Amino acid sequence: MEVRVANVRKEFERFPALHDVSLDIKSGELIALLGPSGSGKTTLLRLIAGLERPTKGKIFFGEEDASQKSIQERNVGFVFQHYALFRHMTVADNIGFGLKVRHGPSRPSAQEIRRRASELLDLVQLSGLEKRYPAQLSGGQRQRVALARAMAIEPAVLLLDEPFGALDAQVRRELRRWLREIHDATGHTTVFVTHDQEEALELADRVVVMSQGSIEQIGTADEIYDTPNSPFVYGFIGESSALPVKVEDGQVWIADRPIGLPAPHAPRGEATLFFRPHDVDLVDECNGCIAGTVAASRRVAGTRRVELEIGGERQRIEIELPVDHPAAQKSRVAFRPRRWKLFPAA
Amino acid sequence: MADPEIKSYAPHHESLSAAVTESRPAKAVLMIVSFAFLGIFLLLPLIVVFNEAFAKGLSAYTEALTNLDTRSAIHLTLLVAAISVPLNIVFGISAAWAIAKFEFKGKAFLTTLIDLPFSVSPVISGLVYVLLFGAQGLLGAWLKAHGIVILFAVPGIVLATIFVTFPFVARELIPLMQEQGNGDEEAALSLGANGWQAFWYVTLPNVKWGLLYGVLLCNARAMGEFGAVSVVSGHIRGLTNTMPLHVEILYNEYNAAAAFAVASLLAGLALVTLVLKTLLEMRYGAEIAATRGH
Repeated sequence: MEVRVANVRKEFERFPALHDVSLDIKSGELIALLGPSGSGKTTLLRLIAGLERPTKGKIFFGEEDASQKSIQERNVGFVFQHYALFRHMTVADNIGFGLKVRHGPSRPSAQEIRRRASELLDLVQLSGLEKRYPAQLSGGQRQRVALARAMAIEPAVLLLDEPFGALDAQVRRELRRWLREIHDATGHTTVFVTHDQEEALELADRVVVMSQGSIEQIGTADEIYDTPNSPFVYGFIGESSALPVKVEDGQVWIADRPIGLPAPHAPRGEATLFFRPHDVDLVDECNGCIAGTVAASRRVAGTRRVELEIGGERQRIEIELPVDHPAAQKSRVAFRPRRWKLFPAA
Repeated sequence: MADPEIKSYAPHHESLSAAVTESRPAKAVLMIVSFAFLGIFLLLPLIVVFNEAFAKGLSAYTEALTNLDTRSAIHLTLLVAAISVPLNIVFGISAAWAIAKFEFKGKAFLTTLIDLPFSVSPVISGLVYVLLFGAQGLLGAWLKAHGIVILFAVPGIVLATIFVTFPFVARELIPLMQEQGNGDEEAALSLGANGWQAFWYVTLPNVKWGLLYGVLLCNARAMGEFGAVSVVSGHIRGLTNTMPLHVEILYNEYNAAAAFAVASLLAGLALVTLVLKTLLEMRYGAEIAATRGH
């Protein structure tokens, strides 16, 4: 099912949580809503689900306007961060709940419901645990049951709110891979919320980066990482270094020297230069480059992270060097970013 | 396999007590004080009640209980409880739901209001009804004109009892529902349940043990209430006397054996309530703990 969010605004008691958000989700796609807390990602998910109503704007499921439909009518599978399993029901009853509460002919027989529950338990690799209660399961198992329960109603869209947020790192990684497999097998249109960029970039077909109630960027993991379109995305996704610079004569300047980066289309004046610490070329002779004094040096796994003091501005930035690179010990290092981007100074 | 090194340290550890563990004498004093207090103020009176009830023998005891006025008092007490407890279950669940599950203006006010019957003397609670429904009261003339009798009759007793026992169910449910939040209900709705199904299949089972506690306590108080009921009942023998009021009348008539016989029934009710509560906790302890926490 395609989902289209059109110019949605949401206010809580006059406090805007989402400003004019639009998003097209293709059928069968796995989408991550990624952002820090307070970015509105969970609000957007709950709006799609129908747990909240938009203040303005519309949400379409396929061609149909779903904005005025209740959550029951939207037929969405929602998985909560803290599972929200019904604690007084067995695993099988939890999974069968959505079928049991149906009315009339669409309600399967008790036997059929049991069969479906077992089938879904097989799918989430928990066969044989039908009679257990949620309290008798581990966190990872509970979340799998919650997913099976959401899928039992054959939802138009599967929505997951920080599905792995309450689990420890090991289980998270395992479930991540497993969710991808389930998605590929069942083909549900899936939207999940996370604040973990690794999770978003690894798992999703497309990532929606959000900040302060707005969408900053939508794209594949490669697009988001390699061509961030805002200072926020640069800072939020992966490591980045930022330097205040000046643009003049189609060149990027630091203080009174051009640093060898041509910027013919950038507007003149103050700007901020962003680049990835690992995406730099060291140069021996500084004829148009960024040069700085090593202020600190740390070993980080397979590389060495060097903190440089640039010019008299007392600006500190980080770059990454090979562990055995002599520059790591030198007091003065010169480099040029390989891939970089300029944003007008705020 | 025990590590020998750890073994050799063990005696050393035993000689050190944890920072918050009291010394032996302190423990003994605390326990003696608690038991002595309970013995003198709770157990001893209970024994006296049953002792006095049977002072004139078993036949006097049964006679006292089969007396016509006594039987009508028992009937009335059961009737009042049978009306006020179900009503307070409905009120209690509604109030707890409103306070725990959504935000609205005046919520703090409602929360305070629920506690009012606990903080107000029961006599005042009764007097309020006299001032409202009495012949000289606010609604007295209107009621009289329409031939509705509330004061010094069963409706007044029921109203006073509902007022006094109102907090029990609500107070038991509010913290429980607040702790559980809306997650389970949202899950139920997202799975296609309507509001009533969500309440019946999810909310109610989640709070059933708290509800049962509340109902037990509510019932015990409904049957045992004296002050408020005393003010509105009018003490008409055989008509508006509940068991606690009947006990007082018998006692004032120097009919101690009969008074204590009826009192023993009330004491018995308290004991049954206590036993039921303990049994529930023993039988369903794990499940109660599971529905309370995560």
